[in-house]
Amino acid sequence: MTPAVGRGPPGSELRARRGRCGTQAARAVVADVVAKDAARSPKRPAQGSRRLEAAGGWAVLALVTLLSFATRFHRLDEPAHICWDETHFGKMGSYYINRTFFFDVHPPLGKMLIGLAGYLSGYDGTFLFQKPGDKYEHHSYMGMRGFCAFLGSWLVPFAYLTVLELSKSLPAALLTAALLTFDTGCLTLSQYILLDPILLFFIMAAVLSMVKYHSCADRPFSARWWCWLTLTGISLAGALGVKFVGLFVILQVGLNTISDLWRLFGDLSLSLVTLAKHLMARIVCLIALPLALYTATFAVHFMVLTQSGPGDGFFSSAFQARLSGNNLHNASVPEHLAYGSVITVKNLRMASGYLHSHRHLYPEGIGAHQQQVTTYLHKDYNNLWIVKKHNTNSDPLDPSFPVEFVRHGDIIRLEHKETSRNLHSHYHEAPLTRKHYQVTGYGINGTGDSNDFWRIEVVNRKFGNRIKVLRSQIRLIHQVTGCVLGSSGKVLPKWGWEQLEVTCTPYLKETLNSVWNVEDHFNPKLPNISLDVLKPSFPEILLESHMVMLRGNNGLKPKDNDFTSKPWHWPINYQGLRFSGINDTDFRVYLLGNPVVWWLNLVSIAVYLLLGSVLILAVQRGVCLPAEVQGLSQVLLQGGGQALLGWALHYFPFFLMGRILYFHHYFPAVLFSSMLTGILWDSLLRLCAWRLASCCSSSLARSIHVGGILSLLLGTAYSFYLFHPLAYGMVGPLAQNPLSPMAGLRWLESWDF
Amino acid sequence: MLGFLKQPLVVRADINLNVVALTGMGLLSRLWGLTYPRAVVFDEVYYGQYISLYMKRVFFLDGSGPPLGHMLLALGGYLGGFDGNFLWNRIGAEYSSNVPVWSLRLLPALAGAFSVPMAYQIVLELRFSHCAAMGAALLMLIENALITQSRLILLEALLIFFNLLSVLCYLKFSNLQQHSPFSLSWWFWLVLTGVACSCTVGIKYMGVFTYLLVLSVAAAHAWHLVGDQTLSNACVCCHLLARAVALLVIPALMYLLFFYIHLILLFRSGPHDQVMSSAFQASLEGGLARITRGQPLEVAYGSQVTLKSVFGKPVPCWLHSHQSTYPMIYENGRGSSHQQQVTCYPFKDVNNWWIVKDPGRHQLVVSNPPRPIRHGDTVQLVHGMTARLLNTHDVAAPLSPHAQEVSCYVDHNISMPAQNLWRLEIVNRDTDRDVWKTIMSEVRFVHVNTSAILKLSGAHLPDWGFRQLEVVGEKLSRGFHESTVWNVEEHRYGKSQEQRERELELHSPIQVDVNRNLSFMARFSELQWRMLTLRTDDSEHKYSSTPLEWVTLDTNIAYWLHPKSSAQIHLLGNVVIWASASLATVTYALLFLWYLLRRRRNACDLPEDDWLRWVLAGSLCCGGWAVNYLPFFLMEKTLFLYHYLPALTFQIILLPVVLQHVGDHLCRSQLQRSVFSALVVAWYSSACHVFSTLRPLTYGDTSLSPSELRALRWKDSWDILIRKY
Repeated sequence: MTPAVGRGPPGSELRARRGRCGTQAARAVVADVVAKDAARSPKRPAQGSRRLEAAGGWAVLALVTLLSFATRFHRLDEPAHICWDETHFGKMGSYYINRTFFFDVHPPLGKMLIGLAGYLSGYDGTFLFQKPGDKYEHHSYMGMRGFCAFLGSWLVPFAYLTVLELSKSLPAALLTAALLTFDTGCLTLSQYILLDPILLFFIMAAVLSMVKYHSCADRPFSARWWCWLTLTGISLAGALGVKFVGLFVILQVGLNTISDLWRLFGDLSLSLVTLAKHLMARIVCLIALPLALYTATFAVHFMVLTQSGPGDGFFSSAFQARLSGNNLHNASVPEHLAYGSVITVKNLRMASGYLHSHRHLYPEGIGAHQQQVTTYLHKDYNNLWIVKKHNTNSDPLDPSFPVEFVRHGDIIRLEHKETSRNLHSHYHEAPLTRKHYQVTGYGINGTGDSNDFWRIEVVNRKFGNRIKVLRSQIRLIHQVTGCVLGSSGKVLPKWGWEQLEVTCTPYLKETLNSVWNVEDHFNPKLPNISLDVLKPSFPEILLESHMVMLRGNNGLKPKDNDFTSKPWHWPINYQGLRFSGINDTDFRVYLLGNPVVWWLNLVSIAVYLLLGSVLILAVQRGVCLPAEVQGLSQVLLQGGGQALLGWALHYFPFFLMGRILYFHHYFPAVLFSSMLTGILWDSLLRLCAWRLASCCSSSLARSIHVGGILSLLLGTAYSFYLFHPLAYGMVGPLAQNPLSPMAGLRWLESWDF
Repeated sequence: MLGFLKQPLVVRADINLNVVALTGMGLLSRLWGLTYPRAVVFDEVYYGQYISLYMKRVFFLDGSGPPLGHMLLALGGYLGGFDGNFLWNRIGAEYSSNVPVWSLRLLPALAGAFSVPMAYQIVLELRFSHCAAMGAALLMLIENALITQSRLILLEALLIFFNLLSVLCYLKFSNLQQHSPFSLSWWFWLVLTGVACSCTVGIKYMGVFTYLLVLSVAAAHAWHLVGDQTLSNACVCCHLLARAVALLVIPALMYLLFFYIHLILLFRSGPHDQVMSSAFQASLEGGLARITRGQPLEVAYGSQVTLKSVFGKPVPCWLHSHQSTYPMIYENGRGSSHQQQVTCYPFKDVNNWWIVKDPGRHQLVVSNPPRPIRHGDTVQLVHGMTARLLNTHDVAAPLSPHAQEVSCYVDHNISMPAQNLWRLEIVNRDTDRDVWKTIMSEVRFVHVNTSAILKLSGAHLPDWGFRQLEVVGEKLSRGFHESTVWNVEEHRYGKSQEQRERELELHSPIQVDVNRNLSFMARFSELQWRMLTLRTDDSEHKYSSTPLEWVTLDTNIAYWLHPKSSAQIHLLGNVVIWASASLATVTYALLFLWYLLRRRRNACDLPEDDWLRWVLAGSLCCGGWAVNYLPFFLMEKTLFLYHYLPALTFQIILLPVVLQHVGDHLCRSQLQRSVFSALVVAWYSSACHVFSTLRPLTYGDTSLSPSELRALRWKDSWDILIRKY
């Protein structure tokens, strides 16, 4: 492939250096010397030696890949029980195999792939994945773990290639590869049935292909260029399809693309037509293609999951009608609401549930001591209500009466079917939302008082209209206080069975909290019609599932007095995550970064920022740098800048997030941080070597560079030897115990392995 | 030497009558009938209570912003001789005669009035024409929402004033940069920029964004300076240093100064004491200080102590025990140890007393000399009233089953051996042999047998636990959390051997005397931290709105309604100005993008000078609008229309800039220019007309008939109050 001219040290020298390095770093030095000599001579290297270089390059890549695979697949089957979040993602994989509908806060691609891997490897989806620690026994789980480890193993070669492309320096790439191979954290995270290895795979793939297509910038619209551009788009779709964290890498690619386009736009030799072609190519490959693929994963998701399952209640009535096994599937109900109908009422806010009551009273001291009214996500007999006229208690189902439809603006009474109490509200403050009024069940056998009267209104309709089941959005307005029935979405304490609070809000602003629809509808006097008409279109269900996911994500809030992981903990490796086992007899796996690697990364970021600002300042002041330093500063500022941008984009947004955070959220950033470390130390050592070469002998300078890189490589490997039990599992006394083999390694008190 | 005597003494004064006139009109519009209505209007009810507390010198904690804003409002009260005696409890309540309404409202009104000539100055300093500058000022003058907001005891007018001041000072400074760097006026404007920025931040946290905007513009200018190779390195260093001192150091110091004054002013204990740490409370006069004054400092074996949870969430509370035992079987069928309950109790109580006992000895009194307890020592904690030992064991806690139950050991259950040894860990120790100190030391109790840590779980126990808070032994302590940390609040050396005497001793109030002072920085950091983490219930409000509704003015706030007539005050903007300001912002953005793209293709439509002026105006005004508006989309608190006003002022300043640009550069012929000017005049008169139409709702001085009110309801979403007779 053609080298990028104009970035990094002069091209010919680079090519020589890159290609000729053997598997051993020592040999790389010799090669380096030769390369220098070759560069000095005006002749280009011979054809044969170039082929040799290419072969050498491939050999190193193969070695790196092999080592990565070896570490990831080593003792993959241990422990033979569920570890940490395998309980979720393994379970969701099983749902795909069983085609059962479920709800999760992440987009479906990752779980679909896990399910596919399980399916192909002969897992039948019968294992329950109940809780961490459950034994797999005869169930086949290695297919799913193997798939995750397979994707996780590619991270190292991808990072290696990316750094090679960014810095054009083999030692830098090797250092990055070593850091990632020997990081216990990346290793642990790749060995289990989790979304993270899949996510990391796509993130790295996107970055690699982006860097590759930038390196083809001098030959736009060549097959190679198109290929990498398309691959970038596909990887972006993959990253976003696994977790919303993929948005950060999209942002990174987007920023790069904008700056790239800006550069092209300033190039007056390009005609506007060419520019338009450039723009279109990027729009198609980086926006349209990922969007199409992302949508396609959802289409597959909805197509595969056709059975009703545990996720139904989170979705609207119309959505549920799609799922076979759900009572709304192919159901036929009377179309218009009439007096005497038995109904369930669902709140329109996503994941809020059905209006519910049960034979328990509000506790003493919380409003009036009357029956509780809540919203409840699951289907239950206690969700049934009877629509009655406000002023008569006669049974409207009496065949002698004609059918009378409920109309917009009617005053009605809702009687709870099981307990025969009326939906009631009064001037008492609600249990959790103090500014709202309490809603209770009141009265005996349907006889209550005027506080049981509600005016039913259809949103955006005129008076006199009938109320349609499922499709009419209704509001219930309390006659006496003028407030609106709504669900606050807050979880009641133990006495309310952790169902959601229902209040009557005096603020009449129209929000989804206070809008309801009628879902089930039973009325023997009315003809049933088929519900097929309300099958929602694909864009509608796509939108709805995203809303539900977002709300689910926002709902994951940390509780006050809990230990939670804070973003500032992460780079300093303050605290790990326990994957499996607590006691000394258990098989324990602890997700923790290799502290040597992580702290080196941390130091590197600081050093990089310092060095980078000095270089930028020097450039701005117009200081003349020697050619060698200029080349290195190019690599540092552009290649290192790319890595730093990636790290920042995958780290800082977490400070703004309100949801609960975990240690493993930092791992995308670790990848970039390790790439930065590789580039930085290689450049630093080269800089040192250059300084020394100018005053002392050049052989000493060279040995400094090689020695530095070698000691970093060996140091990382040795630290991995020390910490590998964290990932591969430990049995025996805990590290607090001086007898434990890990006793001396508990460098921070907050690590508990 | 006396050379100056040879010259005649000359005083030359350039008076810009425009500025004078604008100031006059600004004062007139903001100060006219300031004491009307003589009743609490809207959020005055909120700020007023803090003014009263300042007057009474009582400590309070308000999470809504740093103290400068509150202090400035209180300054008005101080100048008017307010004694703080008014109950701020209801909007619309009539002010009693001791409330100096005029002087309380004066400062915000002055700030609002001076914003008018400042808008004029800013546009001038941006090097646009006098006409444009007059236009900006006149728009500020007739903006109804700004008038309403300035005439009441509210903070927005002050915030806007300092926002504009920071921008103005920076512009003055940067215009001096080319001709006379390091001159006296250069320094003056530079330092004033820093001071104004710190005031902006000091009034509301939102001010940080304006500060950051000024900083980034300054940084961009400084970056050009660095690239200027005609300057020597030393000169560049001096420039950078001067900016760093004035724009970073001075604001930081000023910010500390605000808190310093705040803490000096508020030295009495008050209603929010509970939220603060014991050490902080002890530094206030009255309250805890009175109780804890003169306590022995070092906790010794035999000390009687109360232990307060440092975390204090959900409520501050003390380690507590009482006669009742855990129920044998919980509601969900799990069993308990049936031992005596240990809880955390949010009120002072005699059952909060514990005695620190040496496990090796029997006596519960302090020996002479006292033997202080150090980090790492093992202790037992004896409950004062029941003489039981604090104990934890491998039984699931009532509400947090993953943690251990903590109880006071009662010896009727033989199957459970007592496990009552606790190792003391001082969290904020300097050395490993630190002594356990009253109030100052934050300690953890680590159970010796199970290494569980005594922790406040924060859950409320059911009725059997009297709704007190649950205390557990946390086994899986993942690192440090404040809920496991306790400190000694009340403390005395125990003297009584006998249980009965001891009970009497515990009931008696403690005396003895020493005063302990907390350093200012410690108090500042604690106060600042509590203010930032104070979580108020996200209460919805009838007039709350979302940021999207602000741009189109889809919402209003009813501030006040006359108790009898239908005179009312609303926060309602001048529709014409709001719409055209937003339009101007969009126009600016489009034009900017167009020029930028054209320049990249080497087609320069504007001369270099005009372009730089255009960019600077945009980065300050558009930037000012964006930084004061966009952050609200990320905020989870209750938002109101008045939050948009600071952003609006920046838009208003941008408006004449865009108009002038269109007139100068886009109107090609003289005819076009004349037509454009005529249009501008017509547009301004329509804005004036809207102002005068909405005037009754701005000042609230005329009572309109229901039909007139209905006619004013131009948008369905506006909530104008119409009395039903």
